[in-house]
Amino acid sequence: MTLTSPTLPETQDPAALVATETPVALGGRRPRRRSKPEEQQDRGIVSVADWRRARIRRPLRVLHGLLLAGLVVLGLGPMLWLAKSAVTPTQDTLRTPLALFPHGIDWANLATAWSTVHIDLYFGNTVIIAAGSWFVQLLVATTGGYALSVLRPKYAWVVEALVLSTLFVPAIVLLVPLYLTVLNPPLLHTSLINTFWAVWLPAGANAFNILLVKRFFDSLPREVFEAARTDGAGTFRLFWSIVLPMSKPILGVVSVFAIIASWKDFLWPLLVLPNPALQPLSVRLPSIQSTTELDVFLAALAISTLIPVVLFLVFQRVFLRSAGLGGAVKG
Amino acid sequence: MTTLENRPSTATPTRSAARRRTPVTWLRGGGLGNLVFLLPLLLVFGLFSWWPIIRAAVMSVQTTNLVTAPVFVGWANFSHVLHDPLLGTAIVNTIWFAVLALIFGYPLPLIMAVLMSEVRKAKGLYSALAYLPVVVPPVVSVLLWKFFYDGSATGVFNTILGWVGIPPQPWLQNAGTAMPSLVLEATWAAAGGTVIIYLAALLSVPPELYDAAEVDGASVWGKIWHVTLPQLRGILFVTLILQIIGTAQVFLEPYLFTGGGPNHATLTVLLLIYQYAFQNSTGGDYGSATALSIMLAVVLGILSVLYFRLTKRWSV
Repeated sequence: MTLTSPTLPETQDPAALVATETPVALGGRRPRRRSKPEEQQDRGIVSVADWRRARIRRPLRVLHGLLLAGLVVLGLGPMLWLAKSAVTPTQDTLRTPLALFPHGIDWANLATAWSTVHIDLYFGNTVIIAAGSWFVQLLVATTGGYALSVLRPKYAWVVEALVLSTLFVPAIVLLVPLYLTVLNPPLLHTSLINTFWAVWLPAGANAFNILLVKRFFDSLPREVFEAARTDGAGTFRLFWSIVLPMSKPILGVVSVFAIIASWKDFLWPLLVLPNPALQPLSVRLPSIQSTTELDVFLAALAISTLIPVVLFLVFQRVFLRSAGLGGAVKG
Repeated sequence: MTTLENRPSTATPTRSAARRRTPVTWLRGGGLGNLVFLLPLLLVFGLFSWWPIIRAAVMSVQTTNLVTAPVFVGWANFSHVLHDPLLGTAIVNTIWFAVLALIFGYPLPLIMAVLMSEVRKAKGLYSALAYLPVVVPPVVSVLLWKFFYDGSATGVFNTILGWVGIPPQPWLQNAGTAMPSLVLEATWAAAGGTVIIYLAALLSVPPELYDAAEVDGASVWGKIWHVTLPQLRGILFVTLILQIIGTAQVFLEPYLFTGGGPNHATLTVLLLIYQYAFQNSTGGDYGSATALSIMLAVVLGILSVLYFRLTKRWSV
């Protein structure tokens, strides 16, 4: 992996991180793999000799056991409670919140939440919003990254500097002026309020995506591009048939970030989608709370949690690898 | 025949070509194609990033409502915000939130990560369990915890406290306990992410250092104190600053848990900005909202610059 631009620290270079498929670049040192055979040679704070000593081994085992118990109670506990309460009648949940089904299971909660409370509709909205934001982010990041990294017109450095400078502007500054822009956008002359575009388009203005993708494109071998051009590939062909297929890892990371961020977003859709029929789950759940019976409401919460949790369990490695560099993202 | 073939190499355009530039050579050199590829970026950033940033600066010195044309008012918005008695409350609350978040949430992930890095079997299970709360949508976590915090004796947390003989707590209903309750939930929701970052950083500690420490007769404790922690110094600074930047912008928890109450005890700066702009009975006070946003942004900007400088120096 090569770092062509010295303007940003290696911590900020998840492209290289993805390229080497390792969880560590935060220290800027050579990352090591965590695969089994190497883990034997690999060592942590406690040495092999230490492990043989009962005075160290026993307390460590106890600590690990306590940690695991704590993680199960705190990490898994609330999820299990939610799953249980989703199918428990309201009165049981209110009177004895920690009892396990004192008066039977009420499966109907889930169906009521799904159809009568229209979780199906809000769920659909959430998916549409996430899909659109994902597409806009990928489109802007790949075309922009390609232009800035591969095509490199003369003015590319100006555009790049302007994009990077937005990293230093906290999102909060944009809240009100962005809202007013969406209310009455220049050029378009039609309000985007109550359209999904109001959520999709601003999501594309994500400097971190551009940075990620551009860094990754920078690391691709230029010889391949030259060869493709010699073979007669045009600008678009080079992008579509050469650069994009070579960039699947980074596109995966950008996709994970885009979908998670969209699924979690609350304040922005709350502002720009006042029409309840268009709102995603995150915005609807707080507002339906007062008009929904508790057991059905908890079922609705459980349904909203299910998809992200299942996605996490399936794509655990991608999530945790992204999280390792997530710390560098949030600033 | 493609337009690109005229250029020797896109990465290294020659000087002479630059001197003889006309619109025609620009077009034949693929200038249009470049622009087409940059177009989505320029449009989206122009409309939804650069333009609002400029607008924020302009709006902070104007009175803006959606009916009449904006009027220049100089520093009036800033002085209005600075004279708002709620501003002091909001700043103190935000700092209180940040301090509590540091007490609850700063040492804990480090201890967990150091312990987890020594796990021999099923390491993945530990990280997955720790990360699970981070995956739960934040709105769901807050609404769930709001139910857990029920102040009656049959509330979830009060039931658990009852098992060990502690009387029911008012949690969110009391001005004194509301903020710690918010922070407790926020810590639960965020700690897993920090643990994963620390775990990644722990892997990058060179094992030779531990070997060397053992030759010098260091105990496990000594190795943690003299090798691990100094090696993690950089990342500890980074997470510290990131956490402060994050807590300064806290909105979801106070908005959904308490709406800023009871008696403004959980009113944060961001909630105040939101109230200026979107919950004002006299209509949106967009000028004051932007003025306060800019003041907050300056503080955060200084922290971000510090963060970038630190990560840069530390990773070289």
